[in-house]
Amino acid sequence: MIQIGKVFVPILAAMTVGAYLGTEARSHPAEDRKRTHIAVWVGWSGFEYDAFQAVVNDYNKQQNTIFVDLLSISGNSLKTLISASAGLPPEISLLSASEIPQFADAGAIEILDEICKENGLTEDKYVPGYWDVMQYQGHSYALPATPATIALHYNTDILKSAGYTKAPETIEEMTEMENKITTIKEGKMVMAGFLPTEPGWWTWAWGPFFGGKLWDGKSKITFNDPENLRAMEWYGSYSKRFGHQQLTAYKSGFGVFASPENGFLAGRVAMEVQGVWMSNFIKTYSPTLKWDAVPFPYPKDRPDLKGHTIVDQDIFVLLKGCKHRSEAIKFLAYCESQPAMEKLCLGQKKCSPLRNKTDEFWAKQENPRIRLFDEMAYSKNAFANPKIAIMPQYQAEISNALDEVALRTLTPKEAVDKVTARMQPKLENYLRVLEARRKAGK
Amino acid sequence: MNKRKESIAGLLFASPWLFGISAFLFYPLLMSLYLSFCDYSVLRPAVWIGTDNYRELFHDEVFWITVKNTLLYAVVSLPMSMILGIGLAMLLNSKVKGLTVYRTIFFIPSLVPVVSLAMLWLWLLNGEHGIINLGLGKIGINGPNWLSNPAWSKPALILMSLWGVGNAMLIYLASLQDVPVSLLEASELDGASSWQKTRNVTLPMISPVIQFNMVMGIIGSLQVFTEAFVMFPGGVPARSTYFYSMYLYDNAFNYSRMGYASAMGWILFIVIMILTGIALKLSNRHVHYGGV
Repeated sequence: MIQIGKVFVPILAAMTVGAYLGTEARSHPAEDRKRTHIAVWVGWSGFEYDAFQAVVNDYNKQQNTIFVDLLSISGNSLKTLISASAGLPPEISLLSASEIPQFADAGAIEILDEICKENGLTEDKYVPGYWDVMQYQGHSYALPATPATIALHYNTDILKSAGYTKAPETIEEMTEMENKITTIKEGKMVMAGFLPTEPGWWTWAWGPFFGGKLWDGKSKITFNDPENLRAMEWYGSYSKRFGHQQLTAYKSGFGVFASPENGFLAGRVAMEVQGVWMSNFIKTYSPTLKWDAVPFPYPKDRPDLKGHTIVDQDIFVLLKGCKHRSEAIKFLAYCESQPAMEKLCLGQKKCSPLRNKTDEFWAKQENPRIRLFDEMAYSKNAFANPKIAIMPQYQAEISNALDEVALRTLTPKEAVDKVTARMQPKLENYLRVLEARRKAGK
Repeated sequence: MNKRKESIAGLLFASPWLFGISAFLFYPLLMSLYLSFCDYSVLRPAVWIGTDNYRELFHDEVFWITVKNTLLYAVVSLPMSMILGIGLAMLLNSKVKGLTVYRTIFFIPSLVPVVSLAMLWLWLLNGEHGIINLGLGKIGINGPNWLSNPAWSKPALILMSLWGVGNAMLIYLASLQDVPVSLLEASELDGASSWQKTRNVTLPMISPVIQFNMVMGIIGSLQVFTEAFVMFPGGVPARSTYFYSMYLYDNAFNYSRMGYASAMGWILFIVIMILTGIALKLSNRHVHYGGV
């Protein structure tokens, strides 16, 4: 036995080392191994990842001192958080703009004010809506990756067959259209005008679409203000008009988002709130669908809200404590250059966050309504996810309240009061701890 | 080799395990106990806050909703899966043609990974196109919206949990085959009916296995997570499927409240210990060990 061990253990060790060195050599040619490697983690996959990989490849080719190792990671935010807590973060990670407060308050990401100034990445270079979402507590914490605005997409054929030649401008017009388009045959819904639960991604935004604010920006949760209550009543009206059972049964027949069975793509929902990316999904899964997009309707008595939209953005952040900070900054500056940014956004079929866009960028865009999405980001009524670090909890409470209103287990008033009562102490507690940490320098 | 050398060799051989259990079990266990008394967001150093997390938990409405949901799920699903497991094992212990095929068929579902299972059941339970509602429709029953009606979402999960009864069934089956034939024959000679044989011979003889499965079932059902997490994100509809482990996970990883989540973890640990202790105590007098 001892003899066997003496022979096999060194062989096994040699094989392990050989395999490691072999794979290292294969994955990075000799000249690449001499460069400084920076890790960039993104949550993108598929064509979105490919678009960024093309940008990274260009960068890796155009210089010979830095090599960007791009990694597509499922659940990237959580893994970035864990790696940062372990003291081994990647240099750059791709987050959603809504995550800035959480990461910034936790001291996980760097303030980029100086870096922006040094590299000419200033406010005037970016579309206002996209620049604003990166600001938190008076500082820039991120740089834009790919931006998006949200609009009401509608199926022109369905609207035409119901006698409408244009999209609704106000909530009241939309409600009237829904009532006409929504069809129930033999006790079963066969067509829906609009479903606030489809796709149900921006449940926090119904209040702001009615002019509501989720907090006062300092220390008060304002979910029970009249505008948010009005939004809640509007949401609850769907159950009243069509029946919760009917609505949920109908929705359960839709397939996953990226499929031809998607409610809107299958022509089973006439109008849907969606982002700039929807055009690409229409082209892939329902190429014959005739559609158009307009800003989401506003309440008739609030024309000041006209042209409102949600601004959403994937952002690059620089992780505190990363190994190769200066190299990472160089790469970030490259990504923010016009050619790289346009290549990335064109590849992902989105707008560019930069004010200046080349004619070629517009010409190559496949989304026929791309200019609408770009214009909406300039709107004074564009709004983003509230910059509050307890937003994940707040979001969960709002979603639950909407559920209860739809089920009619709570009245809209009870629901907004309940959310406010639950979130106010959580906000106070959060601010108290944050203040204590600031004082203690932790 | 003298005793000292033997001891050193023994410790060396055991050292990988000792290192593993210390680094990956005892250390996290003790750390989580400490963190349960701290405000800890993962990225910032933990700050001692005494019993604040525990006090907040007891006033947290969502905490109590998840406790209620979890207990309800455990109380219904555990006896059902035990009865079904024993019943299936008894059927598969009888001497019929093609028995091995039946055993395989009933065991196979428990090999399906939980996430795949959840995806499959999402379709089976679909309110509009699901095969379950289709079947119910054939017999004149208008099936409910299993996935979006709070009254039916938990029963849907309980129904689904029975799918994985194969593992327990296999253990019951093994123990049934260990029941001494002599005892069954003796009871037959005494004129016992099939039910009497089951009641007075078979069940007492497999009682240690029933007890084992019960304890494992208590632990498993109180930690229900994956199926609900995949099928009902956020515990929809209206938190009717929001279980304890899901809230713990949300606090730890979505809300960055690792201290609060640690406190929840310790409460769950203590509750499981107590319930397991009670179950063992109550069932001990009904458990018979062969030869005792």
